[in-house]
Amino acid sequence: AARMFLRLLSDIQWRAAHPKWRRMTSSQRSTSTTAEPHPVSLPAQAQVVICGGGIMGTSVAYHLSKMGWKDIVLLEQGRLAAGTTRFCAGIVSTARPVSIELKMAHYSNKLYQQLQQETGVQTGYMKTGSISLAQTQDRLISLKRIASSLNVMGIPCEIISPKKVLQLHPLINIHDLVGAMYVPEDALVSSANVSLALATAASRNGVQIHERTCVSHVTIQKGRVTGVETDRGRIQCEYFVNCAGQWAYELGHSGEEPVHIPLHACEHFYLLTHPLKEPLSSSLPTIVDPDGRIYIRNWQGGILSGGFEKNPKPLFTEGRNQLEIQNLQEDWDHFGPLLGALLRRMPGLEALQIMQLVNCPESFTPDMRCIMGESPTARGYFVLAGMNSAGISYGGGAGKYLAEWIVNGYPSENVWPLDLKRFGTLQSSRTFLRHRVMEVMPLMCDLKVPRWDFQTGRQLRTSPLYDRLDAQGARWMEKHGFERVKYFVPPGNDLLDLDHSKTFYKPDWFDIVGSEVKCCKEAVCVIDMSSFTKFEISSTGDEALESLQYLFSNDLDVPVGHVVHTGMLNEKGGYENDCSIARLSKRRFFMISPTDQQVHCWTWLKNRLPDDSNLVMEDVTWKYTALNLIGPRAVDVLSELSYAPMTAEHFPSLFCKEMSVGYANGIRVMSITHTGEPGFVLYIPIEYALHVYNEVMNMGQKYGIRNAGYYALRSLRIEKFFAFWGQDLDAFTTPMECGREFQVKLDKGMDFLGQEALWEQKQNGVYKRFTMFILEDHDTDLDLWPWWGEPIFRNGRYVGKTTSSAYSYTLERHVCLGFVHHFDEKTGEELVVTTDFINQGEYEIDIAGQRFQAKAKLYPFSSLFTQRRRKDEVELSGYQRE
Amino acid sequence: FYLTPPQVNSILKANEYSFKVPEFDGKNVSSVLGFDSNQLPANAPIEDRRSAATCLQTRGMLLGVFDGHAGCACAQAVSERLFYYIAVSLLPHETLLEIENAVESGRALLPILQWHKHPNDYFSKEASKLYFNSLRTYWQELIDLNSGETTDVREALINAFKRLDNDISLEAQVGDPNSFLNYLVLQVAFSGATACVAHVDGIDLHVANTGDSRAMLGVQEEDGSWSAVNLSYDHNAQNEREVERVKMEHPKSEEKSVVKQDRLLGLLMPFRAFGDVKFKWSIELQKRVVESGPDQLNDNEYTKFIPPNYHTPPYLTAEPEVIHHKLRPQDKFLVLATDGLWETMHRQDVARIVGEYLTGVHHQQPIAVGGYKVTLGQMHGLLTERRARISSVFEDQNAATHLIRHAVGNNEFGTVDHERLSKMLSLPEELARMYRDDITIIVVQFNSRVIGAY
Repeated sequence: AARMFLRLLSDIQWRAAHPKWRRMTSSQRSTSTTAEPHPVSLPAQAQVVICGGGIMGTSVAYHLSKMGWKDIVLLEQGRLAAGTTRFCAGIVSTARPVSIELKMAHYSNKLYQQLQQETGVQTGYMKTGSISLAQTQDRLISLKRIASSLNVMGIPCEIISPKKVLQLHPLINIHDLVGAMYVPEDALVSSANVSLALATAASRNGVQIHERTCVSHVTIQKGRVTGVETDRGRIQCEYFVNCAGQWAYELGHSGEEPVHIPLHACEHFYLLTHPLKEPLSSSLPTIVDPDGRIYIRNWQGGILSGGFEKNPKPLFTEGRNQLEIQNLQEDWDHFGPLLGALLRRMPGLEALQIMQLVNCPESFTPDMRCIMGESPTARGYFVLAGMNSAGISYGGGAGKYLAEWIVNGYPSENVWPLDLKRFGTLQSSRTFLRHRVMEVMPLMCDLKVPRWDFQTGRQLRTSPLYDRLDAQGARWMEKHGFERVKYFVPPGNDLLDLDHSKTFYKPDWFDIVGSEVKCCKEAVCVIDMSSFTKFEISSTGDEALESLQYLFSNDLDVPVGHVVHTGMLNEKGGYENDCSIARLSKRRFFMISPTDQQVHCWTWLKNRLPDDSNLVMEDVTWKYTALNLIGPRAVDVLSELSYAPMTAEHFPSLFCKEMSVGYANGIRVMSITHTGEPGFVLYIPIEYALHVYNEVMNMGQKYGIRNAGYYALRSLRIEKFFAFWGQDLDAFTTPMECGREFQVKLDKGMDFLGQEALWEQKQNGVYKRFTMFILEDHDTDLDLWPWWGEPIFRNGRYVGKTTSSAYSYTLERHVCLGFVHHFDEKTGEELVVTTDFINQGEYEIDIAGQRFQAKAKLYPFSSLFTQRRRKDEVELSGYQRE
Repeated sequence: FYLTPPQVNSILKANEYSFKVPEFDGKNVSSVLGFDSNQLPANAPIEDRRSAATCLQTRGMLLGVFDGHAGCACAQAVSERLFYYIAVSLLPHETLLEIENAVESGRALLPILQWHKHPNDYFSKEASKLYFNSLRTYWQELIDLNSGETTDVREALINAFKRLDNDISLEAQVGDPNSFLNYLVLQVAFSGATACVAHVDGIDLHVANTGDSRAMLGVQEEDGSWSAVNLSYDHNAQNEREVERVKMEHPKSEEKSVVKQDRLLGLLMPFRAFGDVKFKWSIELQKRVVESGPDQLNDNEYTKFIPPNYHTPPYLTAEPEVIHHKLRPQDKFLVLATDGLWETMHRQDVARIVGEYLTGVHHQQPIAVGGYKVTLGQMHGLLTERRARISSVFEDQNAATHLIRHAVGNNEFGTVDHERLSKMLSLPEELARMYRDDITIIVVQFNSRVIGAY
């Protein structure tokens, strides 16, 4: 009973303390009406402690309590919803290019809509709609792409003409517009009040909320969260959720064992005005003018307008700094260009009187996507932060996914693009973050073109061959900090500039990549693939084999020297990782995974391998340079260099052997490629890398060897229907759904993770099927290129989305890979997808609103394989992701 | 034919140089924040020189501009040597002994100066040995003369100037067995150079001036406006006191001829200078040296020519006038410049342009709406105007460059006119000298916080 009383007390206290929070500008909170709350002492323990009383913290508390967890404490250093949340512009916008972000925003919108009714707290929710303007054709294309994905999710959305824009919003100057996208259900809220409403509901469900309580650090023992130290005492807990917004990085670093949360704050400005003579209607749509870098919403009869300038001002690089906090003042000179853009867009506002220029820092992340999930180093330490200024749009959905993650162990959607584990310690340098967010923030308004490469924070991890390749015309992209070659610009052809590659149509590298592909098919190419994650797992006894047999779906008990392609599945049979494992000796395994698996895979295995000192896992990524020799003549080059017969009889495919290449001994040679072409991958201890590369290039000359990059690789693997983890495969995709049953040891009577789920699918069928589409009436020179995320239509009905696509130089057609679902025509319920269902449909792919006929295939063209290989290899997939 | 703005900029910026005094622990303990310098040639090759160095054995910083005439040899020699003479004059007895002992026993010498040089500022390698020997003789004499008194900066400056000029004269009389060096020392002695040198140590600023270059202090008044304070007197016909002095030093019979057409003996514009032995040596000495000198010298009409009415040499001295100024917090900067700048710009304008440039870079007052009634349109107009002002300043990262841009490009309204700038900079070599002189500028910025703390 005492406990109940406390809960009620805390509930009443903080609600009574903020009766006047509806006005965003009332900078001083009224304290005269209520006495300062008496601090209620903190509980000694709780199941979950959430740090941060902004939209993220309250949303997590709300969803956790909804899911039945009650023993939750939320700590806020100041007042609830007083940080970035209070200053947030309150625009709930679903127009997001990343599909998981779109889903979160959609859910948030639905949640906020009913929140007032649920809690009785005024949220200021108003369905105004939003209009995104396009000043250029390219912008319109990108809006059309978003519109396509909104439509298939059932979110009303239309591409409208400038004239229609004027009908919806009379103040807009439309002379420079080519079109716009209208999303009628987008909304405005008072973000502070949404946060308070969530807190109210959570509190009613038993969550204890303590304001003015500062978390100093989180205690971690044996890799698990054990408690939280605050300025008001210690709380023991099992779970800690870091929702500290722009302070999340610092909080993560405050403990003895740092949790790296790569985000960095930038100043963000928006303008508030007095009401117009004829006050603006509160239902007037919000305007987003990305080409002008601004957004404009109605606000109390006037407007609220902010934007994302080209020259952002990062702050708190050296941590929380009182001087910088005090200096967060209006900077009109900085806001000048945005004000110019506002007056160009709404010239009628010249005479409108300024009320205030608000400066509220926002936090940004290195890849423009938010950060959620569990720390790779501390179990029970969860993070939700780095919203890239879309906190209010994501708040509801992000809180829901994180709550599911805590309660169930996994969220209900694939959140890998947002997972904290996509980053490692390498993205945690303050200099890196400062430079990167200065690039990221302007990108909020820049075109989202295919294959964008960040320009800052580059050349961090490189292969020892970097300079050699660069001198030969390499053009680079970056994955997990590692520089990888896209393609090689031939000498004398150096007129390619970056801007030209940024197109939605045929890019300028088309012919260059074409000639690299041709060389892979006819002669031999060498590709530096050193970025891949490489682990070695060994044991003194049979522990390694036994553990790995349980954690991987394919049979690893193969003769020494064999390589196995296998998934690393979760309980639902979904791919947590897709990798190749070579059995080096009876008790030693060498595992190769995609580049960005370095943290995730490590954590997954660490958490599941027995705590046994006999079993050793080592990350050897940095020890080896990987050279991939692709093409029919690879075998000739290698046998000349090693004086060893390399033909299929002596060196069958999926085979691994240590041998000498040139003068260098101990090179691990594996007869795998990631494209289905014949060839080998050489794992070379880094000090031999340059030597082996030189030898290969010299010897290869007579076989027509040349360098190639990842774009060629991608074209090759996609035309052969190879799925890549992170692009096509994720934790919600099983081997059964992508035709890889042959890579699963279902019939061997061995227990392994995900087995039951796969059995179930084997018996009852799958609900989605990985399918290859060949575009039929698509003109490569003139039409928009597919990319990924394009909706797939079967007999005119939406059935799924593409996950990757490429131009096949062999088929001379575009190939898209994607998943086909079967939605019941009436109920929308998901039904089993059969081979017949796939084969008996007429398909179309929607590229930015234009549909192209496509032919569906469940098996690759056998004619593409230059030599007959083992059946399983034909369908094997590599695993790097572009 | 017009130069594009980038072309103009590349010409203006070719010789710019900036030096910032390093900060320690975020605190700058020096009264000097740093300096910007630049020069724009009109002669080919340019006859102006500049020098800047930090004294390593005593405190303080030395900065100077040197305007050569009848060639650049003298200005070059003075720019290389004068600061060593000053530094040595300032050294206490013990340090001089230490240095002499080091030289004697072949040990490494204590460094005396740390130079802050633009890559185009060169030192002549060939003459370094000769110059060093002269300098060493000087400090040996200083050691012998040990007065036991602490060195006064004013006296040190005067002694250094006079001593160097004396050494230049002597080296030319003695000659050198190496024919190249022999010709060089004669060239140095027969050409001339003015010098305007500042020594800053804490709040003590000394300016020693010989000739018609000028030092000017930029002072910010309480209302934020800028005013100029002269820290040197021009030694030319416009300076009555100087005319008086010259006339006093010669018999009454020469009163009419000694200053004619505003020139010394009707020939020389500056009334004080280094070198110029034609205005210092007796006729006999000049003839002897020229005749025994190398052929190049003998064939040169200029060197053989004896000034008219040349009765009672010397007519010219290198002795500087020294002005001492105690720096105050409102003293924000010092401009040292050769007459090429002062011919085209009034010092008041110089003070304003540099002052606004320096404050524009460092503290543009932020705008706050506060309780005022401001409309979006008004704010937009205000910001546009501020941006235009800043962008003209930000074009230059160097105060000296900014000043040259104004000096060469200013139109009648006092703003830089690109067309004019382009014309002035694209003049062919042989015409350039008719429209403008070599310009050399050093702008020293003071640290008011440090100065205020004294």
